[in-house]
Amino acid sequence: MSTPANFPGEPESSPKIAREFGLSEEEWERVLSTLARQPSYAELGVISVMWSEHCSYKSSRVHLGRLPTTGPQVVQGPGENAGAVDIGDGFCAVFKMESHNHPSYIEPYQGAATGVGGILRDVFTMGARPVASLNSLRFGRPDHPKTPHLLKGVVAGIGGYGNCIGVPTVGGEVQFDPSYDGNILVNAFTVGIAKTDDLFFGVAEGVGNPIIYVGAKTGRDGIHGATMASAEFGEETDSKLPTVQVGDPFMEKLLLEACLEIFATDCLSGVQDMGAAGLTSSSVEMADRAGNGIELDLDAIPRRTKALSPYEMLLSESQERMLMVAKEGREQEVFDICAKWDLDASIVGRVTDTGRFVCKATPGYDPFDGTGAPDPIVVVDLPVDLLTNAAPKYDRPQQSRAEHASIVTMIGDAPDDLGAELLQLIGSPNIGSRAWIWRQYDHIVRDGTVIRPGEGDAAVIRVFCEDESGMREKYLAVSSDCNGRHVELDPFGGAAMAVAECTRNIVCVGGKPLGLTDCLNFGNPEVPEQMWRFAQAIDGLAAACSALDTPVVSGNVSLYNETDGNAILPTPTVAVVGQLEDPEHRLGLGFVREGDVIAHLGRPSRGVLGGSEWLVQRAGRVTGAPVGIDLEAEAALQHAVLEIARAKLLHSAHDISDGGFAVCLAEACIAHGHGASVSLPADEDAPAHALLFSEEPSRIIVSLPASNVGAVGEICARYGVPFAKIGIVTGDTLAIDGACEVPVEELAERHGRALDGIVT
Amino acid sequence: MKVAVVQFPGSNADWDALHTVRDVVGAHAWYAFHKNTSLGDADAVVIPGGFSYGDYLRAGAIAGFSPIVSSIREFAGRGGPVLGICNGFQILTEMGLLPGALTRNAHLRFECRDIHLRVESDGPFTDMGQGTVLKLPIAHADGRYHTTDAGLAELERHGQVAFRYCTRRGDAPNGTDANPNGSVSDIAGVYNRDKNVLGMMPHPERASEPLLGNDDGLTLFQSLQRHLGLQ
Repeated sequence: MSTPANFPGEPESSPKIAREFGLSEEEWERVLSTLARQPSYAELGVISVMWSEHCSYKSSRVHLGRLPTTGPQVVQGPGENAGAVDIGDGFCAVFKMESHNHPSYIEPYQGAATGVGGILRDVFTMGARPVASLNSLRFGRPDHPKTPHLLKGVVAGIGGYGNCIGVPTVGGEVQFDPSYDGNILVNAFTVGIAKTDDLFFGVAEGVGNPIIYVGAKTGRDGIHGATMASAEFGEETDSKLPTVQVGDPFMEKLLLEACLEIFATDCLSGVQDMGAAGLTSSSVEMADRAGNGIELDLDAIPRRTKALSPYEMLLSESQERMLMVAKEGREQEVFDICAKWDLDASIVGRVTDTGRFVCKATPGYDPFDGTGAPDPIVVVDLPVDLLTNAAPKYDRPQQSRAEHASIVTMIGDAPDDLGAELLQLIGSPNIGSRAWIWRQYDHIVRDGTVIRPGEGDAAVIRVFCEDESGMREKYLAVSSDCNGRHVELDPFGGAAMAVAECTRNIVCVGGKPLGLTDCLNFGNPEVPEQMWRFAQAIDGLAAACSALDTPVVSGNVSLYNETDGNAILPTPTVAVVGQLEDPEHRLGLGFVREGDVIAHLGRPSRGVLGGSEWLVQRAGRVTGAPVGIDLEAEAALQHAVLEIARAKLLHSAHDISDGGFAVCLAEACIAHGHGASVSLPADEDAPAHALLFSEEPSRIIVSLPASNVGAVGEICARYGVPFAKIGIVTGDTLAIDGACEVPVEELAERHGRALDGIVT
Repeated sequence: MKVAVVQFPGSNADWDALHTVRDVVGAHAWYAFHKNTSLGDADAVVIPGGFSYGDYLRAGAIAGFSPIVSSIREFAGRGGPVLGICNGFQILTEMGLLPGALTRNAHLRFECRDIHLRVESDGPFTDMGQGTVLKLPIAHADGRYHTTDAGLAELERHGQVAFRYCTRRGDAPNGTDANPNGSVSDIAGVYNRDKNVLGMMPHPERASEPLLGNDDGLTLFQSLQRHLGLQ
């Protein structure tokens, strides 16, 4: 062990710099006492970024352990670059979701694009070929002056990256709410396919093995991005522009193809992409997982700008870079494949047995312009453990929301014209068509999109699984969901509802849910009420994942989503991957045949309007009694629907969610231009508008041939699921008995123009 | 039928083309990597969609100078059928094998959706009869076909307009978004003078299976098989 020298030109570390780097006073003291010396400037950078909320999960780690993460189908749970579930015949689906909220607010196109790039790398780093992406977006109120710019930029950025690299963006969700005015959310999900036996892990195994840097050269972009992502926004946000990275999807495409080719040669012992905290976190995490050390020769780092200091090289978040650990003696195979794909590759270090993260660099030496000769000094020498397991971990104080216990039931005044209310709702930005968004995404590349965006409750993709025995086609269903308004009113119930809606969407297209990834977007964890929301939401997610047999296999936490003290709605976004046994089990959401019976599955509405889009529009804020969820009833409903779908008894299935019963029916009518005549099912005596627009969960509207009614009713009875024939597919209006009758053409017209006010 | 699918580093619909030609149409098909100079003993060549070399400069501009290009030129020169889809169309215009150019969509956005097009001219890929209406998907940002008035007259004179965008019923778009990108004269695809090279923006290889909701695209590959006397 040596005391690292301070690199010429870099200042002495100090409490002031520590504070600027995001460390608290106690954390600075902890650094001093653990090291028993002053850290170098570069070391302080390394420590602060590894101890940032983004990398260390210091406020969330104590809670995340409560999530269920096991099951017979789980191949890889949380802790790796992505999780994986078994899809049969030796193949697995590898997936994860991550946030890129802060960068996307500062620079929407590049922020969103690099978010997509990052999640793609997480998946192909595991040895999986990415096959589909989703995104979950939140913007401020539709008429906020920044919303059009942010929406257009984010959508173009997601498309720009995903379209170029050739991974279809097959679905997602978007919501507008004033709580996101100053802090939008961009959560990106990708799923890939790998042979289970050939999964790759981020481990620096084999002392003496060379560390190879592959991909884009290092620049000054994104320095301290992870720390930026771990702080609130204030007035100086615009000055954080240099912390946003710039994406190059073509480079990533080369990296993807080269990596998959290199993996197939079996000449690597580990690999990790350089994401948040770049070179630092990729090397430290790989060393940590293997219980080893890593020594880096910073003089050898490929760079695209002059005079990079150790601090800058270690913290740069330049995109499209990978760190590989090759098996000793097989480096040339890596170099050859990189040359084929015109990628830079160089050896930048070795695996050691010291358990320390050591970096060396030569003062005055710059390979970029050939000045000086390498004669390196040690600039970083830290125990790996200090940066990982021994990083701070807080069980922060919690305080339940004061008014939570005393929320009054609020149902709003009964409107006169329910048809007009429905038209208003179906044409509003939170409910209407998202075609303007998904048409900017190539959602069909790779020839596998069987259910496209807007056609079903989840997307269905065909994936090609090839091994020695030939090519097999398998079918996956993917969906992402969360409604932060319900989480705001009831963090436990709302989070459980997010999981339930997501798995319900999977069964509505005929798939069985296999696993879940989450992206937990919350406010400042140092505010006890926010911490309480987070902890409650974790318990809600855990309860729903257990009840619905959908373990959490990967995820991400994004805290400090606040601007000037205003927190976002708590938004624990989830995405679920499911599998269809047979593509003929698939179901769309729209009515397809005149004369089909329309049925309602699940307990009918009690008319609870809390958190609903209708009530928010009425009241101008998120209010009302929480709708709650009965997870046992939900599980029974989902089991029944999956069995019915597999028996091919249905023509369509669409769950009731945002906008409620009337919106669900309207969407089923609009899809193929069919009308419907139905009665309004009710469990309790409630006013018609409450029954029409309540967003109570655990309800599905299906259409089926009259001849299948008996068989479907029987399966529902077996699962104890209420089944009610409520009408038929007919004519060209949506007629809801005793409530309204609206021409489908008019609904479609309003639905199709829902985003026009923002984007044109 | 033996088909070479050209693979540039940024090709991303290479799999779509290979899968359709091999697994759906039943041809023997392989990738011809851009650094190679041989297409093998192909009966036909497909240049697939994607972003060839990133296309930051101009779609297809650099691809026009890659090693594989000389063999494509040679293959086309002796009358071999070549189909350029999307980015492949852009590359063929950059190579000078097809007239005109593809520019940024009039609305400036990437657009992916189903459109309709009408067959305007007989040829190796289009023996289904003039006036046939096909539904195919598009997925591009730079699909606005452009040529001069003289160039347009030339295309018409030699029957080189292969496809025009149209409505579901086959009518001219008349300024509606049935023409999705603002292409001049609603042109969606063109042949070269000898009619062995076809470039088109829509993706027939992504609409060749009922499972994908549409198999109109298959008719182009079946036409090619008949042309080659292989069916």
